[in-house]
Amino acid sequence: MTFVFQRLLMLIPVAIGVTIVVFFMIHLIPGDPASTILGIHATPKAVAFLHHEWGLDRPLVSQYWLFMDRLVHGNLGQSLYYSAPAASIIATRVPATLWLVVYAAILAIAISVPLAMIAASRKDGVRDHVVRAVPLVGLGMPPFWLAILLIYAFAITVHWFPTSGYGAGFFGHLHSMFLPALVVAIALAPVVIRALRASMLNVLGAEYITTAKSKGVPAPQLFLRHVLRNAVIPAVTVLGINIGFLIGGTVIIENVFAIPGIGQLMISSIFQRDFPVVQGVTLVFGVLVVMVNLLADLSYAALDPRVRFDR
Amino acid sequence: MSAISADGLMAVERQVAPRSVRRWYRQPALAFGVVLLGLIVIAAVLGPLLSPYNPITQNLGQTLLGPSAHHLVGTDQLGRDTFTRLLYGLRNDLRIAFLAVVSPFCIGVVLGSISGYFGGWVDAVIMRLVDIVVAFPFYVLVIALVFVLGPGQRSIYIAITLVGWVSYARIIRSEILVAKRQDYVLAAQSGGLSAVRIMARHLLPNVVSQAIIYGMSDIVQDILAIVALGYFGLGIPPPTPDLGSMINDGQNFMTTHWQLTTFPGLVVVLVGLSLSLIGDGLADIIRPGQA
Repeated sequence: MTFVFQRLLMLIPVAIGVTIVVFFMIHLIPGDPASTILGIHATPKAVAFLHHEWGLDRPLVSQYWLFMDRLVHGNLGQSLYYSAPAASIIATRVPATLWLVVYAAILAIAISVPLAMIAASRKDGVRDHVVRAVPLVGLGMPPFWLAILLIYAFAITVHWFPTSGYGAGFFGHLHSMFLPALVVAIALAPVVIRALRASMLNVLGAEYITTAKSKGVPAPQLFLRHVLRNAVIPAVTVLGINIGFLIGGTVIIENVFAIPGIGQLMISSIFQRDFPVVQGVTLVFGVLVVMVNLLADLSYAALDPRVRFDR
Repeated sequence: MSAISADGLMAVERQVAPRSVRRWYRQPALAFGVVLLGLIVIAAVLGPLLSPYNPITQNLGQTLLGPSAHHLVGTDQLGRDTFTRLLYGLRNDLRIAFLAVVSPFCIGVVLGSISGYFGGWVDAVIMRLVDIVVAFPFYVLVIALVFVLGPGQRSIYIAITLVGWVSYARIIRSEILVAKRQDYVLAAQSGGLSAVRIMARHLLPNVVSQAIIYGMSDIVQDILAIVALGYFGLGIPPPTPDLGSMINDGQNFMTTHWQLTTFPGLVVVLVGLSLSLIGDGLADIIRPGQA
């Protein structure tokens, strides 16, 4: 319980810091933020309105206070492009992004576990070298480029999957988002494969494995029951650490596949110069990562008692 | 508290990196990486000499030609030679990526050293800053910063610096935490050397290699970010060649002229491959015997 409490306490400075970063975005805009955002055709009236709306005519501390006061009331400001509050626009887009993130994480594990098992089962063998070459190529691969190639191969040449979109219903999502989730998973897999292979090799060297072998436990059972169970925890940890990367990757992939998530909203709002929405999406991404990290930390502590004492 | 979790991160990362390849395999891989990167850099530097064409001048009479002896990879929708644009795009993206890692590297190494060496409230403040930056996904923060700062190279440098220093700071800090308890540091301290001198002359040479190894994968990450910004039209403004915007332009002609999109991406993959091989090879040499 103290672990949970300490972990929640740590959240406070980070949460405040995240809001400060997002708040300061407006002051990084060169020149007068209101006129820059509205462009050269801005009327003085519109500029004055934004000045008042964003509190730019007040001192910095009171601007932040205004920002925080609105934030705790769920107000992220009014969209400059749509006639709706930014918060409600963003809220309608969150489910698609969460779908993609979870789908991609599951696929990443589904790709990584068998490959890492193949590699670790015979260390320094041919198959090990082949699996270990995968990250070298995978790490430098632009995800949107891979996405275009996969669309060409599996949506245009053979019509197995739609070229874009979110699909309808559970199975519709599952079908339509397979290629996007696969691309994010492939971008993530190199890191997870490396972690899993290393931790499987560690486990294979442990004494309880020698014991199990000497008792004559058959190889498949040895791998599934003894090695995999112990090797998966470090791999899930690595997945947790890279959750920011996973969530960030969706920004790019949502745009290639036209998935109506917050990543696509972010890029389209950038082109519409819709500052409040961009600011709100950045905040939501930050909150998402912080929350997922918290959940990941708490779940390791629940799964593995060693974590609670190590920290 | 998160200071400790950062150490946990490092422990995992070390565990992640495979260090078990036999030497005969290890060295050729590093050599191959160096040769590959060498060829890539030569192509980027000598780009203007390797091709008779101008990468920007449009030639609307010769649009979308297929590969031939005159145009090795054909021409794009504005009649520009694709091979020439690949060379110039590589040149621009590589230059920005290499320059972009310099300031995050320096800032991260300095702040990480201070954080690890002094500990206490200085450490707490710096590590809280790190926590805040890593709370945002890398691409999201870079894209948001480039948006508010306005498009262009300067914004890319600033954005990557503001986001990138945290990894170097974490790596150096956790190395210093271990190294500062070694006898040679205690000897230097009892000899009355100043903290700055101990950090710069005694600690840094022993810990900086970890940051350099990470720097290799950081360059790869930065190239991917630059190419992604270019793909979205937020990077280097056209008509300056950039691999990301080339991938985007070619996307419309994918079914008929696949080479326009495929080759810029392959160039990025080769750059990533060479830097990963070098990073892994260096790690093996610097930390031999680690499983």
